[in-house]
Amino acid sequence: MSIGLLSLIILVLTLVGYVVGKSRAIASVAGDIRKLHSLPPFYGRITALLTAVPAFLLIIGWLLAEPLVLENRALALIDPAEIPQGQSADLVMSDVRRVAAGLDLLETRGEAIAPLIAAPDQLKQAMNAAGIVLQTEPTPSTLAATAALRSAKATSRLAMVVAAIALTLGGLAWGLSRIKPEFRARNATEGFAMWLLIGCSLIAVLTTVGIVASLLVESLHFFRLYPITEFLFSTQWAPKFGGGGTLGIVPLLWGTLYVSAIALLVAVPIGLLSAIYLAEYASRATRSWVKPAIEVLAGIPTIVYGLFALITVGPLLRDYFAQPLGLGNSSSSVLTAGLVMGIMVIPFVSSLSDDIINAVPQSLRDGSLGLGATPSETIRQVVLPAALPGIVGAVLLAASRAIGETMIVVMGAGAAARLSLNPFDAMTTVTVKIVSQLTGDTEFASPETLVAFALGLTLFVLTLCLNILALMIVRKYREQYE
Amino acid sequence: MKDQRLESRVDTQTIKIQARGAQVYYGTNHAIKDVDVDILDKTVTAFIGPSGCGKSTFLRCLNRMNDTIASCRVEGKITLDDEDIYDPRVDPVQLRARIGMVFQKPNPFPKSIYDNVAYGPKIHGLTRNKAELDAIVESCLRKAALWNEVKDRLAAPGTGLSGGQQQRLCIARAIATSPEVLLMDEPCSALDPIATAQVEELIDELRSQFSVVIVTHSMQQAARVSQRTAFFHLGNLVEYGETGQIFTNPIDPRTESYISGRIG
Repeated sequence: MSIGLLSLIILVLTLVGYVVGKSRAIASVAGDIRKLHSLPPFYGRITALLTAVPAFLLIIGWLLAEPLVLENRALALIDPAEIPQGQSADLVMSDVRRVAAGLDLLETRGEAIAPLIAAPDQLKQAMNAAGIVLQTEPTPSTLAATAALRSAKATSRLAMVVAAIALTLGGLAWGLSRIKPEFRARNATEGFAMWLLIGCSLIAVLTTVGIVASLLVESLHFFRLYPITEFLFSTQWAPKFGGGGTLGIVPLLWGTLYVSAIALLVAVPIGLLSAIYLAEYASRATRSWVKPAIEVLAGIPTIVYGLFALITVGPLLRDYFAQPLGLGNSSSSVLTAGLVMGIMVIPFVSSLSDDIINAVPQSLRDGSLGLGATPSETIRQVVLPAALPGIVGAVLLAASRAIGETMIVVMGAGAAARLSLNPFDAMTTVTVKIVSQLTGDTEFASPETLVAFALGLTLFVLTLCLNILALMIVRKYREQYE
Repeated sequence: MKDQRLESRVDTQTIKIQARGAQVYYGTNHAIKDVDVDILDKTVTAFIGPSGCGKSTFLRCLNRMNDTIASCRVEGKITLDDEDIYDPRVDPVQLRARIGMVFQKPNPFPKSIYDNVAYGPKIHGLTRNKAELDAIVESCLRKAALWNEVKDRLAAPGTGLSGGQQQRLCIARAIATSPEVLLMDEPCSALDPIATAQVEELIDELRSQFSVVIVTHSMQQAARVSQRTAFFHLGNLVEYGETGQIFTNPIDPRTESYISGRIG
């Protein structure tokens, strides 16, 4: 039975639970619902929840645990002699998985699979015809493992269906048995709602933890192959595929900080000043079209900004500034990427700052104006200091965006790692190098690829530090107005 | 107490602010209708009346704070020392330095106590050096009866003070620009009785230097602190006169109903 059909059965039973639960609650007080603790729909709802939730949790848990258990068992059947030299058992296991999936596919098409299993060469042909590419004929032990995997999977699925339906029916029966006039169905559904919310926030937290953990583990692999001091302090970035390159993060980090700094130099003044105009001076009508117009900037895909950098800004800077000043003749430059990225993050600064400036109490403005201050004195001396924590937050959000940006850098600043002060030089950033180290046909165990994780970790630590800094600034100034 | 106030003479009869035929509109709503009033120098004038009667609106006309509300329109003539304050040649910013204002809710700036008081003198360039500024801050805090409580923590944020202290800080801030008139919009409504008593005492002392106009909901407060009282009702100035006369012998029946608690 497929998961879809099983889910449908559970949902139907859930609906039954709702209807029966509700009508049983009404029947238990002979139609006088004032005697019930909660309104009748709550009894239906709690019964439905008890029917559906445990069963679905079981299915999810089962599907997550199943591959781990089954594949370990199949792995034991593989002849160690058949694992090619220098490769891990994982590769053979992926063959097993592919063959199993292919057999499932052929079976659903109605082809007889028993003769195919007996003749590996025919199996390979049939698979290739079905669109599943096998490079070699499956070995006997692979086939044995495949067969074991498939039969175990079938048993496991059957067991899961039985268990899930049993749990559904059990939940339904238990839910119905609890319905009495004094049963607090309303409070019980409230408890369910809380667990739902806790579950959702846990998913977000656990995902973060998982991502960080995987970054850490892979980075540790990298540091086992490549000295950490070399990575952190070498000023050379010269990877060689095949090994033996120098992988120093300094030029990449320098490029990242340089480009982001230029971007912020563009975005913070423009964004903040336009936010002040919108919040303090603009009429309602002006504001109602200017604000969305600025926010449209945030909706432009970064690749389009990249094109703009590559085709317009880069050549412009080269022809009118870099060449006349004798500072270089490359159309890709840090300045190009920084300027375009600055334009991209303007809406982050302006839109957030605008909201924050608007949140400063009018009474503070009145107090200042009432003392004979001009509007701009009021903004400079009263409104901006009061809004400072939020503005810092907006700037740091923009900084995080700038640091993580890839596309504009590739197209605007190039991909050459270089340590230079000249803003018209081509440079590159950490994110660009992560992409270039992971694309292409490379082995996934060399320092040249694993460095991507270490770079990612560095980037993560950098943005984390920025966020912590932001939190500290906000904490320090938070109490200044209520 | 009240009897004593009845005896208190109005020190001077110089007219500081004069309004003739003042009208205020919020969009199409006619909030103030044809108000004529003479506010005397070195006198405390109280505006009383039920909520929504326009007394705060009228108060905000006197230093053109209503300019900050886009839909608000003021007509008629309001003069300060015989000079029309709505004349295009008058800079509202300069005007507000001459007519200080204290608001209903204490609104200290998110700055230190010292900087709160020094704010006005700094932006108007009233001092030549730090010593003079220090002297102004100290004297204003003393006048606001706050000096002894805050002299050891002038660098602490003004928002950390209690409600009553914050309001006295706002008064100190307002008098630091040496205004000629001090407008107070229900300055005690957010304060407890002890802080209220302190502020009222302060108002009585300030009378020797400025003309004070106070909007209040408390008729006892009006009777305690003011020499002249104006009663507003539904946007009209119903009656204006000596505080003692308004409270003991009102001419208009509406005033009598209000002070005896029948309307409001």
